[in-house]
Amino acid sequence: MWGFNITKTRAIDFDKNNREPMMEILRLEPSIRVCIACGACTATCTSGNLTPFNIRQLNVFMQRGEYQELKKEMHKCMLCGKCTLVCPRGVNLRHLILKTREVLLNEEPLFAQN
Amino acid sequence: MTMKTIAIIGAGPAGMEASGSLARLGYHVVLIEKEATVGGHLKNLFQLFPDRRPGKEILTHLVQTIKHPGIQIKVNSEVSEVQKLDNSFALKINEETMNADAVLVTTGFDLYDATEKEEYGYGIYPNVITSADLEQMFHNGKVVTEEGKTPKRVAFIHCVGSRDEKAGNNYCSKVCCVTAVKQAIEIKELLPETEVFCYYMDIRMFGPYYEELYREAQEKWGVMFIRGKLSEASQNMDGSILMKAEDTLAGKPLRMNTDLMVLMAGMVPSASSKKVAQQFKMEEGQNRFFKSADNHYRYNESQQMGVFIAGACVAPMNITDTIANARAAAVKIDEYLKN
Repeated sequence: MWGFNITKTRAIDFDKNNREPMMEILRLEPSIRVCIACGACTATCTSGNLTPFNIRQLNVFMQRGEYQELKKEMHKCMLCGKCTLVCPRGVNLRHLILKTREVLLNEEPLFAQN
Repeated sequence: MTMKTIAIIGAGPAGMEASGSLARLGYHVVLIEKEATVGGHLKNLFQLFPDRRPGKEILTHLVQTIKHPGIQIKVNSEVSEVQKLDNSFALKINEETMNADAVLVTTGFDLYDATEKEEYGYGIYPNVITSADLEQMFHNGKVVTEEGKTPKRVAFIHCVGSRDEKAGNNYCSKVCCVTAVKQAIEIKELLPETEVFCYYMDIRMFGPYYEELYREAQEKWGVMFIRGKLSEASQNMDGSILMKAEDTLAGKPLRMNTDLMVLMAGMVPSASSKKVAQQFKMEEGQNRFFKSADNHYRYNESQQMGVFIAGACVAPMNITDTIANARAAAVKIDEYLKN
């Protein structure tokens, strides 16, 4: 209602966002840096075909320090790894998703860190 | 048989290379340059993409090329009058008249005047510069903001005056994408702690090893690419620049501050090209660059018999293609004069 609600901006305010988690994810899986956003990962993704889960877009959000959607969506990945198979730039998406979950959702690592 | 004379208008890379080729073929070449020195825009280029070769190296090579007894160099000179004769042209240069059996136009390009995109603030906000300004900073070995500080963030804006109906230029200037990538890497080398962003509409890596350079920028140097055209920029109290764009891959508007904003100014047909077009009654294409007689088979021939064209006055072109194009024009002129 007018006067009672203020619509929150949809804009990404890059400088206000906390970029620590993003830097940590990029350190754990740097290959996402070469993403050219072709969308092959999203096109092949089983979860993405059945739900609004869009891994290509979620990785853009991650690199801008926007984590809300990621926190809501990341569990939808079934770790089948097809995204990694189709990526023309050799991004290890499956590993990236695992690391994103670890950093953002405080999930236990699947394997011991070396 | 008397030696035939070719007038070449413009002593940038195209004019210089063609002069060398034609002189070696046995022609008398008159190379006409309006400025005091030869080299054109190449003089301003610090390093070339994709191999980061110093621009000076190519310039030195070209200067060597035109040191030939068959080449007469006229600097500080412009063609003031043109008269078409039966099989040649009478040109008036500095109150002297010369006869040319063929004319090669290599009048190159001008940089798009970035002040026309007022919403980007070039010429208004001191920390908004062009790619040419940045190249000059690299020459001086120092990249600093107007306030004399090391920029913590540098943002490159692609397609300034290119692919832009509002700027009157629907065409792509072709070389700016890879120039931005090259300059982004140069910034990272010089200032490793500085964050670098590129705002692009499409990344067009048209040449060999350009895509690899783009990948290197992402992978090795951590340059971030944001797909979205800058809508407007404004200055903060401290002189830094607030940028607004849509992050089209995120599907959201984005705001970001930067210490230095670099506009990738595109190429436009040079003022000299316009003048020469009138003098020789040459046709312009839709993009206002010179129109070739045929886009595939007669690329270096203008619509006017005996008048040839080469280099960036025909279309936006890099140094590699300009040099190859100049040689192609030399062969065409040779064929024309022999028949």
